[in-house]
Amino acid sequence: MSWFVRSKSNIEKKELKEMPDGLWTKCSSCGEIIYKKQLEDNLFCCPKCNFHFRIGASEYINIIFDDNSFFETNTEVKSADPLNFTDSKPYTTRLEDTYSKTNLNDAITTGIGTINGKKISFGCMNFNFIGGSMGAVVGEKIFRAIKTAINEKCPLIIISSSGGARMQEAAFSLMQMAKTSAALSELAEAKLPFISILTDPTTGGVTASFAMLGDLNIGEPGALIGFAGPRVIEQTIKKKLPNGFQKSEFLLEKGFLDMIIHRKDLRTKLSSIINWF
Amino acid sequence: MSKVVLDFEQPILALEAKIKEMKELSASIDLSKEIVDLEKKVESLRENIYRNLTRWQRVQLARHPERPITSDYLANLFTDFEEIHGDRKFKDDPAIIGGIAKFMDKSVVVIGHQKGRDTKSNLYRNFGMPNPDGYRKAHRLFEFAEKFNKPVITFLDTPGAFPGIEAEERGQAEAIASNLLLMSSLKVPIVVVIIGEGASGGAIGIGVGDKILMLENAWYSVISPESCSSILWRSWDFKEQAAEALKLSSFDLKEQGIIDEIISEPIGGAHRNHTLVFDNVKNAINNTLNSLLNVSPEKLVADRRQKFYKMGVWNE
Repeated sequence: MSWFVRSKSNIEKKELKEMPDGLWTKCSSCGEIIYKKQLEDNLFCCPKCNFHFRIGASEYINIIFDDNSFFETNTEVKSADPLNFTDSKPYTTRLEDTYSKTNLNDAITTGIGTINGKKISFGCMNFNFIGGSMGAVVGEKIFRAIKTAINEKCPLIIISSSGGARMQEAAFSLMQMAKTSAALSELAEAKLPFISILTDPTTGGVTASFAMLGDLNIGEPGALIGFAGPRVIEQTIKKKLPNGFQKSEFLLEKGFLDMIIHRKDLRTKLSSIINWF
Repeated sequence: MSKVVLDFEQPILALEAKIKEMKELSASIDLSKEIVDLEKKVESLRENIYRNLTRWQRVQLARHPERPITSDYLANLFTDFEEIHGDRKFKDDPAIIGGIAKFMDKSVVVIGHQKGRDTKSNLYRNFGMPNPDGYRKAHRLFEFAEKFNKPVITFLDTPGAFPGIEAEERGQAEAIASNLLLMSSLKVPIVVVIIGEGASGGAIGIGVGDKILMLENAWYSVISPESCSSILWRSWDFKEQAAEALKLSSFDLKEQGIIDEIISEPIGGAHRNHTLVFDNVKNAINNTLNSLLNVSPEKLVADRRQKFYKMGVWNE
């Protein structure tokens, strides 16, 4: 027998009014409710606080390349499962789920296009594909993008957003750090520029290889960039991290980024930088 | 038996204790037959356990506190070692040591992760977890070797690059990345030996070479089994499964084409017989080095790059 008895009936659930999904979104930084179309027109930056939303390759291609100039390459390079890896679910299932969820081939999109008429070999990572993790496919596509830059004698631009190496490919993923860096040493010997753009978030094996090796390292405002993730550091040192730690502005202050460029200026600035070379 | 006993070695220890007890008793009663029987049993048990080590058990052996560490190889395989401390930028990082030495009368540069032997020395060495300064010291030594046309030998043994505030402030990622770039175009031979733990970016930060040698019970992967378990299984309890899934043993990596040669260890692990391990490692380095010394710098660099370009499996 319980001591307390409910005397009144529960609050009744009322049918919610029909609201079309996906028209509005909330800024995860300032909480502003933004009309989606307006966000898109503002290149996915919050009109109130300038927070840069995470976007993928197709959006960046629209933002920086001349209209209809971009041609995607190596779309057929797909992940294998050399280790037969299974954690909570098999790697192959995880891949299949991600293909259908994201409509992407892997965590990077590569190709060639023009910015103000200048040819560029380009790669852009997709964070929503298994955390933008680098496995053999990302490594190979970056390797080919570098080779394209060398063959076409044009600059290389890579936009990174990644949690690091892909655990499901274990040591193979780790070796992509060496593979991409080795290919960049060939690009350097050819005296061709590599512009690395680091967006939110770029951590782990991607930061510790090609992403930090740009002739110019450019950050987007407020992007998290580091080697270890903030949670790992907090667990290790058992302290809270200071505000703004590992953000673009912090890296600029410490000398690891050369500049921070707002997304709305990205195309014009890249164009003028490329013209310098 | 070593002072430190790993969980899977307990049955051996129990039997050995029993034999000892019986030997003491045998002064009054004749137990020689039983003792011989038990000794045979211990031997077969030992064979059975050590010949069928799981990947996680190998990880435990790789971390064994009595396992030879970089300084032991320096003392036993090299002569005239002079430690070079300076990174010429910020500070001396005790988690990476390096310097000049003679290896079988050849002048070489040696670089390695340095763990400690006990709590005090481990705190000093930061458990072999380098800060950016360690990688920059290595960077300087790589350039030093190239300038004077001497081969480099590196020893890998780290639980990872240190994840700390200062490490991030001073560019841990940039320090590792710069080393990868430099090592992939260095015009002198680089021989890499994985002697214990090869954890992720912290290991490969001094691990790009012409030939990668690996001790039988060392491990090398993108992440430690514990961290992998915590991320993919969302719990620390799946380290055994994670170690299996990562396929991180020397035999796995040889099959994957990531390492070139496995250096065998005495039964039970490298800590059982240091001298034997030093001999095996010395021979392996000597053979490898001799095969690289007559290769032209251009071919050396081109082959090294090709070696890493081939790594990875994909469908097309």
